[in-house]
Amino acid sequence: MKKISKTTRSNLITYALVIVAFVVVQSLVAGGQVSSSLKGQLIPICVYICMAVSLNLTVGILGELSLGHAGFMSVGAFTGVIVAISLQGLPGPVRLLLAIVIGGATAAVAGVIVGVPVLRLQGDYLAIVTLAFGEIIKNLLNNIYVGVDSHGLHFSATDTASLGLDNGIVLINGPMGAVGIEKLSTFVAGFLLILFVLTVTLNLIRSRSGRAIMAVRDNRIAAESVGINITKYKLMAFVTSAAMAGMSGALYALNYSSVLPKKFDFNTSILVLVFVVLGGMGNIRGSIIAATVLTILPEALRAVNDYRMLLYAIVLILVMLVTNNPILKNGWNLIKEKLAFWRRKTPETAEKGVGADE
Amino acid sequence: MSKMVPVPSNSIIPERDLDKIPVLETKHLGIDFGGLTAVEDFNLTIGRTEIAGLIGPNGAGKTTVFNLLTKVYQPTRGTILLNGTDTANLNAVQVNKAGIARTFQNIRLFSNLTVEDNVKIGLHNSVNSGMFSSILRLPRHWKSERAAHEQALDLLSIFDMQDLADHEAGALPYGAQRRLEIVRALATNPSLLLLDEPAAGMNPSETAELMENIRKIRDTFQIAIMLIEHDMNLVMGICEGIAVLNYGKIIAKGTPSEIQNNPQVIEAYLGKQKEG
Repeated sequence: MKKISKTTRSNLITYALVIVAFVVVQSLVAGGQVSSSLKGQLIPICVYICMAVSLNLTVGILGELSLGHAGFMSVGAFTGVIVAISLQGLPGPVRLLLAIVIGGATAAVAGVIVGVPVLRLQGDYLAIVTLAFGEIIKNLLNNIYVGVDSHGLHFSATDTASLGLDNGIVLINGPMGAVGIEKLSTFVAGFLLILFVLTVTLNLIRSRSGRAIMAVRDNRIAAESVGINITKYKLMAFVTSAAMAGMSGALYALNYSSVLPKKFDFNTSILVLVFVVLGGMGNIRGSIIAATVLTILPEALRAVNDYRMLLYAIVLILVMLVTNNPILKNGWNLIKEKLAFWRRKTPETAEKGVGADE
Repeated sequence: MSKMVPVPSNSIIPERDLDKIPVLETKHLGIDFGGLTAVEDFNLTIGRTEIAGLIGPNGAGKTTVFNLLTKVYQPTRGTILLNGTDTANLNAVQVNKAGIARTFQNIRLFSNLTVEDNVKIGLHNSVNSGMFSSILRLPRHWKSERAAHEQALDLLSIFDMQDLADHEAGALPYGAQRRLEIVRALATNPSLLLLDEPAAGMNPSETAELMENIRKIRDTFQIAIMLIEHDMNLVMGICEGIAVLNYGKIIAKGTPSEIQNNPQVIEAYLGKQKEG
């Protein structure tokens, strides 16, 4: 057999990391060794991991800056709530699954609507338009009223009274957000969503389509010269990314009893972008670790409540400085080269001597 | 320019290609940038298996001609016939699919990706597996990946680069990057290969090897190759027909020996010839 390639090994480590972390946390929870505040953080951590991985597809792999990722998240969140609550008859996990799938699909449609006109442009335009998209979605959701009764779904843009509900329930109440949500999300569902998002992203990157996407990132003119349809592959990455953000949004919303539209504002988009930048552009495992650490950190710093956001900011600055420090970078590269040299040395001698491992 | 003006017949096509449709035929090709005419009345015919050269002083418009042929720029005037078909309505991507591949003067590799991936991207339109079969890792994906892997290594073996397959393209030495660009262009299965200064930055022994390889590529793939080059040993050594461009116009066409003795060409390169 051929020896496992570097990327395959790296991907396997990522999967293993996620699975081991899940098993450890799950057994700690079962043993009652996890504080209730951390328990409450488990689902948001899953959500932010999925958000970071999906944004990394746009920012790191496609190389386009998107500042409105929370917009796609909110599209998925509110669609997911409508789906989950209006399908009262079905069992919980099925409703959650449907909410995630339909939430993702709606976000994908939103991705196409934003992406088709904008992805023809280059550079900063996409950043500005996605920023605007996030704000537009937020304001739109502030003015939408949705209710459900025995006749089906009712929509209105004025107030709850005009919904004309016949003994039904209000699902989305304008600026009050989605109300009366049942908590359907579970940690297991979050873990499965992470595995799904991870599989889609990693499989996409290592495929014909993924290579085309990275070709567009590395050199647009060269990509065109070898017959790659730039718009198609930009849209493919952007819409996939939006769909996965929508799925995370649905999982997120169904974890709370009510969700406000302003939860998905510019700050959330930037927060996710920080995960991606801190974890490394195009580095999927980095995004997962950064999202986990930076979601836990503010809660872990509760002990020094007055200074916690200050400390959070200092940690961010320090990490950015350290990872961009040329001296430390050179040192790290030196170590890596040494390791690679050692590794290269051993298998070659092994192949000639005893024969490579199968 | 009126249609009545006869296109000058081209005598530089090699004899073996004369009875076939030329791979490329341009008629009165030209482009203006604002008020500046960069290329004017560019007429050239290239035979199916010809190695053609395009030379001229710096700024003569050689790379602009390549950009016109590959539709990086849309021509202001004139027609380009590729294998006898007009390319007027094609964009850069479609022109590549129709059969023109190129390399770049300032190397444009996908520098963060491996050598093998660069070639596989060149194979993009000849291996087929959609996004969904890739995400679900269906048999179709594995089949096309295996085919792409084998084809990529085959193509890399032209330049003896199989062993570099796992290296990052951007970290290769300069000469190897130029060779990789040629391999990537070849991977798109062109009928006309445009090489923009393939020997730039190469030492004499590398250049000699490159000359051999260009001939080998032509013989193996039976394609036409047109190259821009300043290294006169290379141009005179392998080109069958040469066109000389100066200030956007062709000032001479002919075989290497004709070009070497053409007074207009000597003047364009060296200025007025000295007495004696």
